Amino acid sequence: MRIMTMKMNPRTDHVRRTFLAGMLAAGAMLFSSASANAEEGPILIGHYASMTGKEATFGQSTDRGIRLAVKEINEAGGLHGRKLELKTYDDKGESQEAGKAVTRLITDDKVVAVLGEVASSLSLAGGAVCQQFGVPMISPSSTNPRVTIGRDMVSRVCFTDDQQAAALAVFTKENLKKTRVAILFDQTQAYSKGLKDDFVKSFKKLGGEIVSEQAYSGGDQDFSAQLTTIRAAKPEVLLIPGYYTDGGNIAIQARKLGIGKDIPLLGGDGWDSEQLGKIGGADIEGAYYSNHSAPDQPGGNVSQFIEKFKAEYGGQVPDALTGLGYDACMVLFDAMKRCHAATGGLKGKDLAKAIAETKGYPGVTGTITIDKNRNAQKPIVMVQLKNGVPTWVANVDAKIE
Amino acid sequence: MEKFLQTLIDALAVGSLYALIALGYTMVYGILKFINFAHSDVFVLGAWTSFLVAVAAGWGDPQASAGAGREWVAWVLWAATIAAAVIAAFEYAAWKRRHPTDAFSLNRTRLAGSLVLVAAWGWAALGLAKMAGVVKAWGDNGLFSGLLILLCAMATCGLVGFVLERLAYKPLRKAPRLNVLITAIGVSLLLQNLGQLQAMFGTRPQRMPTLLPTDAPLATIANVKIMPVDVIGAATAVALMFLLDFLVHRTKFGRSMRAVSFNPTTASLMGIPVDRVISVTFVIGASLAAAAGFLYGQKYPGLNQTAAAVWVLLGLKAFVAAVVGGIGNIRGAMLGGVLIGLLEFFGAAYVSAAMRDVYVFSLLIVVLLVRPSGILGRPMVEKV
Repeated sequence: MRIMTMKMNPRTDHVRRTFLAGMLAAGAMLFSSASANAEEGPILIGHYASMTGKEATFGQSTDRGIRLAVKEINEAGGLHGRKLELKTYDDKGESQEAGKAVTRLITDDKVVAVLGEVASSLSLAGGAVCQQFGVPMISPSSTNPRVTIGRDMVSRVCFTDDQQAAALAVFTKENLKKTRVAILFDQTQAYSKGLKDDFVKSFKKLGGEIVSEQAYSGGDQDFSAQLTTIRAAKPEVLLIPGYYTDGGNIAIQARKLGIGKDIPLLGGDGWDSEQLGKIGGADIEGAYYSNHSAPDQPGGNVSQFIEKFKAEYGGQVPDALTGLGYDACMVLFDAMKRCHAATGGLKGKDLAKAIAETKGYPGVTGTITIDKNRNAQKPIVMVQLKNGVPTWVANVDAKIE
Repeated sequence: MEKFLQTLIDALAVGSLYALIALGYTMVYGILKFINFAHSDVFVLGAWTSFLVAVAAGWGDPQASAGAGREWVAWVLWAATIAAAVIAAFEYAAWKRRHPTDAFSLNRTRLAGSLVLVAAWGWAALGLAKMAGVVKAWGDNGLFSGLLILLCAMATCGLVGFVLERLAYKPLRKAPRLNVLITAIGVSLLLQNLGQLQAMFGTRPQRMPTLLPTDAPLATIANVKIMPVDVIGAATAVALMFLLDFLVHRTKFGRSMRAVSFNPTTASLMGIPVDRVISVTFVIGASLAAAAGFLYGQKYPGLNQTAAAVWVLLGLKAFVAAVVGGIGNIRGAMLGGVLIGLLEFFGAAYVSAAMRDVYVFSLLIVVLLVRPSGILGRPMVEKV
């Protein structure tokens, strides 16, 4: 009771007043965000990405692509005069944060659709939330098959790892004409393990032989023990289905240990970064990897996109992730238009259905058709590093049954 | 035989770097009885600083750090210089007037001293960086530039260590140890996230340029190539450790360090400037970590960005080395570092490379069970 009668000192009084003001402001914000989804005003779409953290380049590249797409859509008038507005939340590359970011996008900002993530483990976390709230999600570049399985709200505009692994196997056997492959994979990444398993399956079916399978943990700096074993197995090709930092480091040490230029290095789309050539330098020159698009691929409108991107971002060259972010946003907008024309609104279920019905959309990373499992069907591009720049080698269309 | 020798060389090269980092943990623990979790981030700072200086001096890919806006370094240095000059002038005037009632005088004098020191130190580090550029322009083959860049990284991290101790840890000198520990974790997160800013190092991994005249092996024994980077790296690490051992065990300052570690209160009663000893300890620890960062970048040139888990893991291994050797014991940290290196590399080569971290942390568990004070540590007696 004494507390009640105590004279409030000016300092706590001040704190209390600020607190009250804060509450009022928060209330006002809640109110305004609740009305943001009405028929007037901008249409909000959300993006969750690793803007910081160890995979920050992934999130930043994708976000730039999406922003460019939003800008173009708005310059062309938006959806019946309503502009798109992009909200990006950072998930720091952690699945827990990804779930939180998506929840915030849906419950606080009331976005009509969500774009993201690059890493499959984060797309799985974010996809669970989207499924729960019935908000459609498009992953620009998560390749693990599980991302879309059993989730009718989630689709993607890229190929899956089993398709990619099959393409790598076909390329090794048919284009490179090699049969003895050694694999060095990242045991801490579901992406790397999945790609390895699928490659082994496809390559054996084609009559190839896996001479050595070694594991490392992502971020390891020393690979001499594994590479010594691999060297002794005398492979013709070394497959490294991991991310680009490790790929670069492994290349440096492989050359030092005498795994020479006659043994090509092979990677997946996790190698897609301009830093790969910079880290690996001369040691990774000539390596091949599978990717979503290449700047110089014949057909498609990649070169046009690159010019637009350069003009927007001061001469920087976009990577495939940027193109996929751009395509994800464009496919979403295309579905929005169809959904709005058919139903007069943008309800989650209708929009997800419209996305799944995408057919032959001419994206910058190839023509996109969403199949019945909500994955994109498009050819896989093989590139080779020449002077540190990925250069188009072949399109591989590998069918998996 | 070939495999054994190759593994031995790698193990000693990396183990000596673990030892260098472990020294920083162990010295701070010996004197302040707390674990400086920000130490591994100072190591990262050392690696990235040497990368930036090397690129600025004209080594490697000039595009790597283009247009990042690092002018703030010079601005901070100028601000510190001007502040130092103003306060010093004020001090001088007060001293002339011999104003006896100025209660803030002592604190202000200290502040002026610290600011002058920080400014001069910063300019010296920047000077070293510029010298590396000049030497490169003269057509140096890498050795001199490498030495200058090493010194510059050590000076920069030493300065950062000094400032961190003054701003983050000194105000907590009388606080419970847990508070300091949590502050250290906070400082670690701060450094990791500041490092990701574009104006610092950015989020992209980079390649450290090789700063050695040759990449050809020095000698070949039983088909094993002895690379200059391993020899020079280990030699630098060992030389620094000898220097430190001499400083601690053979000089007057080393005696005061040991006295403060033994009992700070008594040491201060004996007229030992405890605060200064602590500052110097942090500076030495930080600059040794910077040297380790530089050498590590030479051996493994793919630099991960500052928040990558790999750096934390390296710091943890060095910390395990300090504990295994006996935390608080300088020679123990050196022994522990080499032991951890040998264990990790031989385990990876002969048992399974996928479990290389498991061996290190299993050793920690064994040591904590069998001999908790470490191999060279003295068992602690609880006084009542």
